Amino acid sequence: MKQFADLFMNLDRTNKTNAKVDLLKNYFLNAPDNDKLWALTLFTGRRPSFKVNRTQVKEWAAEEAGIPMWLFQESYHSVGDLGETISLLLPRTSLGGSDKSLAEWFHYLGMLPGMTDEEKRDHIMQAWMQLSQHETFVFNKLLMGSFRIGVSQTLVVRALAEATETDSNVIAHRVMGQWDPLGTTFEQLILDKGENDNASRPYPFFLAYPIEGDVADLGEAGDWFAEWKWDGIRSQIIYRGNELFIWTRGEELSTEKFPELHFLGNVLPEGTVLDGEIVTYTDGRPMPFNVLQTRIGRKNLSKKVLEEAPVAFLAYDMLEANGVDIRGLTQEQRRTELEALHANVPAQNYFNLSPLIDFKDWQTLRDLHPQSRENIAEGFMIKRKASTYQVGRKKGDWWKWKIDPLSVDAVLIYAQKGSGRRAELFTDYTFAVWGDDGKLVPFAKAYSGLTDAEIGQVDYFIKRNVLEKFGPVRTVKPELVFEIGFEGINESTRHKSGIAVRFPRILRWRKDKKAEEADSLRSLREILGNYK
Amino acid sequence: MPKQPLLQFTGKSIYCAVADVHIDPWIPVGRAIITHAHSDHARWGSRHYLAHKDSEPILRLRLGQDIDLQTVQYGEKFMINGVKFSLHPAGHIIGSAQVRVEYQGEVWVASGDYKLEDDHFATPFEPVKCNVFITESTFGLPIYKWQPQQQVMSEIDDWWALNRADGKASVLMGYSLGKMQRILKNIQLQDPVIYAHGAIYTVNERLREAGFDLPELTLVTRETDRKLFKGALVLAPPSADGTTWIRKFAPYSVGYCSGWMALRGAKNRRAVDQGFVLSDHVDWPDLNRAVKETGAEKVYVTHGYTSIYARWLNENGIEAAEVNTMYGNEDENEEEETVQDAAAGQDAYQEHKQALDGAINADKEGFEL
Repeated sequence: MKQFADLFMNLDRTNKTNAKVDLLKNYFLNAPDNDKLWALTLFTGRRPSFKVNRTQVKEWAAEEAGIPMWLFQESYHSVGDLGETISLLLPRTSLGGSDKSLAEWFHYLGMLPGMTDEEKRDHIMQAWMQLSQHETFVFNKLLMGSFRIGVSQTLVVRALAEATETDSNVIAHRVMGQWDPLGTTFEQLILDKGENDNASRPYPFFLAYPIEGDVADLGEAGDWFAEWKWDGIRSQIIYRGNELFIWTRGEELSTEKFPELHFLGNVLPEGTVLDGEIVTYTDGRPMPFNVLQTRIGRKNLSKKVLEEAPVAFLAYDMLEANGVDIRGLTQEQRRTELEALHANVPAQNYFNLSPLIDFKDWQTLRDLHPQSRENIAEGFMIKRKASTYQVGRKKGDWWKWKIDPLSVDAVLIYAQKGSGRRAELFTDYTFAVWGDDGKLVPFAKAYSGLTDAEIGQVDYFIKRNVLEKFGPVRTVKPELVFEIGFEGINESTRHKSGIAVRFPRILRWRKDKKAEEADSLRSLREILGNYK
Repeated sequence: MPKQPLLQFTGKSIYCAVADVHIDPWIPVGRAIITHAHSDHARWGSRHYLAHKDSEPILRLRLGQDIDLQTVQYGEKFMINGVKFSLHPAGHIIGSAQVRVEYQGEVWVASGDYKLEDDHFATPFEPVKCNVFITESTFGLPIYKWQPQQQVMSEIDDWWALNRADGKASVLMGYSLGKMQRILKNIQLQDPVIYAHGAIYTVNERLREAGFDLPELTLVTRETDRKLFKGALVLAPPSADGTTWIRKFAPYSVGYCSGWMALRGAKNRRAVDQGFVLSDHVDWPDLNRAVKETGAEKVYVTHGYTSIYARWLNENGIEAAEVNTMYGNEDENEEEETVQDAAAGQDAYQEHKQALDGAINADKEGFEL
């Protein structure tokens, strides 16, 4: 455990990519195989659930620390991470730490689900007593936490590839898809040279970089494809071994969520993998993202939902044909394969190609770009015809050219402390615009977009201008104005403003503006009118 | 008519009306008692100052060589308008004091900033019995529990030794007043030459001139040969982080000393290589111990987790209330703030000057005790 806790703390401490890869690589070279598998499980977001109730765990920790629940909550708000809060509050009996390995701790945790509450409590307390502060923190992460320490799957793959001297694309593929640490070994999963028998396993997605500067900098227009950038769910559709699998980019197997696409299981040839976008679709065109939102996250897809928000798959790439990985072919060749496949599938509404935009020169694209919203697109995807299908976010061959976000100037009215890297700083803000009655109406929460220096300044202002406290939330003197950008806007009955915006973020701090000069609800409604 | 409290929170200081004396005022006043020389407690522009004698060198450095400053020893009693005052060690930084105020049998103590652990430089904290205690709560949450100083110091020793072996400079950051002297008195000096940023060098020199036993530091200048930094210890204020100044030490490792380093979030936000959890404020257990030892029946909680700590005390049978003050901003931008404070103080002084002149003229005796 000490080895893994050290890895965790060291990863957490550095923000240098190379240092992270080195740490991971060292771990993968030196840790026992069993531990490696569990580490991989954690870093790829596959932590099993141990059926513990967070509220109960909080109560046990507060009791052990000898403090009332409200004080526990205040501490939690300041720290911003539950596992860390508990590790700081518990009376420290062990300085040395535990001899158990990571795998042994997982085995220990694996006993929890069958236990009564009383037994769970004793089981967890016993662990806490054996562990040092850092280990307790990591243990709590195993128990119930999320592992947000800036280690992306790409980094883990790089480190594993270096440690095992295997091609990183091969490793990326091996760690994807469905696997269970209890049902496999590190050896089988990563080192197995033979065919993998996991039919559902998707390929790592190739991701685009935002275009910088002018599109003409990309060179000859004739070397490129352009498509609309659809505002849906990036997905891979796999048909292997007479079974259909639908993976979304968050690496979730979501086959059941899209019954409209199940017919593909009857029409696709064996050994097919397609890449594209799932969008809501009606009358031959996509619908705005918020329609799709009505069915994301729903357990039961009612008849009504399926009628109001039917989906279709807009395919734009083909990664496997007849069971052969064709990612090494050029974009142009893969497109030809894709079009041939689509031509052989009986025509219907739910499976379409994402059309290529016909353009002779960059100017044509520049002229078309402002029509993105009318086409329910977020801009263009620009892909080099000669490019292979790569792994992860790579610069050079796939670019996204997004439209400018919609924006209004709004006043900061509520603030809350952040978590993780920003614990102890007020970083979570709620913004308001002027309502019809001359009062500020909250309309968006936004976190990102400020530099650390600006965050410091805003934090300084907030700490000196608190009007009221409601739990962790502070009402702040309405004085600071920010330009808030967002990707979409819709009517909403759930919001006081009657409006919901999508992906709000801070574009810049309008130090030049006074609160009175901020925008009004009316300007939001105008944007809504234009956007519809 | 209800008796007015001996000390009042006026929104510009902690004020004793009977004596007409302000404690740590944040705007210019006639008579100010200063608990310690940090910029959020010792502000520019007051007519008469009184502080512990060990505060003098830095107060004069920061507020002006020619300020009207009277100094006293710990425990030395002085009367102003029939109110009995004395200063007692607060253990926070050199010269830091709790102000004991006694009038008609009632005792109040304004403690400024304090810690209980002996740091081997500041005179150690002494509990003072009182009826009403005014306390800070900078780290007034149960998540803050400091390790013994010696453990943190040996972490610093190890870090420096490791960097030395790697041929890297060890850039150690912390407040120039307090933290740095504490470090110099408690780490192993692995090299007789220790480099320092101007802010730290100046404070160190002033204290040495005043007769305090501190090692001599070497000021980093444009001319200093960069090769000398290899394996060396360089002391820097937090404001040096991310500046071009720090790049001249490459290759280097940055260590940061602060109580805030107890939290991962704070540590990661600073993106330092090594966080050392070292604070000159009381942690949660010591805060509770200090309050208890005063025997106070009423506690006012100033800067920090004021509402939380006041609630905790109330639930534990000690009447407590939170108070808004301007203390507790001796934060990460300490050095810049000092400069800004001085500028702001001068503006404020110009504004208040005329109004003050009348009051000050009426108050000719100053601190003639």
